[in-house]
Amino acid sequence: MEGWGRYPRHESEVLHCRVPEALGRFVASRPGLIARGNGRSYGDAAIGENSTLMCGGLNRMKSFDAADRVLTAEGGVMLSDVLRSLVPRGCFPPVVPGTKFVTIGGMVASDVHGKNHHCDGGFGDHVNELKLVTANGEILTCSRSQNAELFSATVGGMGLTGVIAEATFRLRQIETGWIAQKTTVAENLAEALKALRQSEEATYSVAWIDCLSKGASLGRSLIFAGEHATPDQVRETLRADLFPSPNSAALTLPLDMPAWLLNKASVSAFNELYFRAGIRKSAKPMLVHWDNYFFPLDRILRWNRLYGKRGFIQHQCVVPDADALQVLSSILDRFAQSGKGSFLAVLKRLRGSAGLLSFAAPGYTLALDLPATQEVLRLLDEIDELVVKAGGRLYLAKDARQSRLTFECGYPRLDAFKVLRRATGADRRFNSRLAKRLGI
Amino acid sequence: MKRIGKTLLMIGATSDIGRATASYYGEAGWDIHLAGRAHAAVQREANDIATRTGASVTVHELDILQTARFEAFLGALSPLPDTVICVVGELGEQSRAEKELEYAAMVMRTNFEGPALLLGLLAERFAARGSGTIVGTSSVAGDRGRASNYVYGAAKAGLTAFLSGLRNRLSRSGVRVLTVKPGFVRTRMTDGMRLPSLLTAEPQEVAQKIFAVAEGGSRSDVVYVRGIWRPLMTVIRSIPESIFKRLRL
Repeated sequence: MEGWGRYPRHESEVLHCRVPEALGRFVASRPGLIARGNGRSYGDAAIGENSTLMCGGLNRMKSFDAADRVLTAEGGVMLSDVLRSLVPRGCFPPVVPGTKFVTIGGMVASDVHGKNHHCDGGFGDHVNELKLVTANGEILTCSRSQNAELFSATVGGMGLTGVIAEATFRLRQIETGWIAQKTTVAENLAEALKALRQSEEATYSVAWIDCLSKGASLGRSLIFAGEHATPDQVRETLRADLFPSPNSAALTLPLDMPAWLLNKASVSAFNELYFRAGIRKSAKPMLVHWDNYFFPLDRILRWNRLYGKRGFIQHQCVVPDADALQVLSSILDRFAQSGKGSFLAVLKRLRGSAGLLSFAAPGYTLALDLPATQEVLRLLDEIDELVVKAGGRLYLAKDARQSRLTFECGYPRLDAFKVLRRATGADRRFNSRLAKRLGI
Repeated sequence: MKRIGKTLLMIGATSDIGRATASYYGEAGWDIHLAGRAHAAVQREANDIATRTGASVTVHELDILQTARFEAFLGALSPLPDTVICVVGELGEQSRAEKELEYAAMVMRTNFEGPALLLGLLAERFAARGSGTIVGTSSVAGDRGRASNYVYGAAKAGLTAFLSGLRNRLSRSGVRVLTVKPGFVRTRMTDGMRLPSLLTAEPQEVAQKIFAVAEGGSRSDVVYVRGIWRPLMTVIRSIPESIFKRLRL
């Protein structure tokens, strides 16, 4: 069994759960189990130490209160289904990650963040209530007022407090399904950080970095700021459908790409073209379909085959403001020097989060995709040291390889999480390969 | 979402095909009656379809083996549906059915007696009204008996013949009768089987096909979800019995 990055690979017994009533029975019968949604966490977070409980069959929506825009859904419901049924009704999820092929349970367990974290926080901040199947098979209702400790441990808790059977969360109202996007060009990293700070009034903002550029243009970037467009904006330019349907996937990568395909030349050619296209677009604001704005990579199904059989690693860290420029420069510099440029490098602003093990902390977050080679693994160990020194941390939903020490330095509320795991018996039931590797 | 004032009755609502098809109708603006054996499980599907599609969905308890209750069940349906789809089926275990009389009877009654009697009663009401569409799901297994599943296959053959006769009788009454043969479908029924991908449909594909034929302009009466089944079954039906009995198909 493997995560989306296809590294590492482990053996694990696979169990299928189809009805919520059966969850308790599965949990009680197996030690060392973890729930798995659609398998989009990159590393070993959704691989059970002994057994992996597939929750894709728990995909029924329960109710939607149109007046308050509150949805209750089983943990295995896909974000893509929520979008499909609720965007036409003028509702948008409060927070979405970079792919819509994730489950609601996974979004809670990873406390996912989006391009609006600086404004709206993480997904967990919008969850009113959870139904959690605990170590003894009981279903507990958790919220900020009921079993509050368990609630704050479960949001961002990587499934290690129990199985998320159901979640209730509030959606935002939108007037159209279009995003009004403005592109800013930054010639180097300092400009990029500044531009991201300046675009903080925008609901959505994100920077794409050309991480092969060196020297004076180290960290040259395109910053995309976005807002849900008003009907007037749409009518002026497009006369299009106010709530366009989801895209159908354009392409499926049919097989593993050869390892040599992603090399310095191909990545830098892509980056150059993308950057120039961005400069042209920066002239004027434009309207982008919600699906293309939030989930561009979803158009290529199975894009993880791009990195070949050996798989890839996504390294995502957050670094506090104080040292951000210096630390992020060193990271980008090391990659630029090594020629191991990332095909995809993304920079965002984050604020704090409530969950005990939630990733988001005030500062800048940088995400890089890299092939899983020995050389890259060594390089990442060095980079982790820089992150730790700056008081930063790595995102568990993407982690496949960080050391226990790196993890312990980055998550100051880890002890409280462990205490709660022991107190509820979760430590003897729920264990993923990630938890084992990091000693959670 | 736009409602169109038509109602579907789905019999066998908790099956994968039933769920996918009822959802598809809900999305197209239909209101839905869901019928099935386990109330809680049907309610779960009803909530899901209503939440996803905005359809009004009602829940009805129905055990396909309790034929004595059919009249009461139909009496409580309001409004009388425009279309009824029955996807009830039980593959069963052939080897068990060869030895246990009651088990074999259960498989036969579930696949033939129950669906045929219920659709027959609905046909009476539709004929009296002068309109309606009846969709029965039969099986390619009913096209020719095979060693591996002939108890199931025989019951489906019965259903195919029943639907054919019903269609023949109602051809001038304004009531349409469709026979759908899904072939292999990736569902709970086929979990763990090795299925040939060219012949295997997803529940969603079955739903689309049923909707397109039942509610679109098509005049087809007997529908294979994947077209390739039609020539394939023509060949299989035409193999002489003297040869067929020695084959392992």
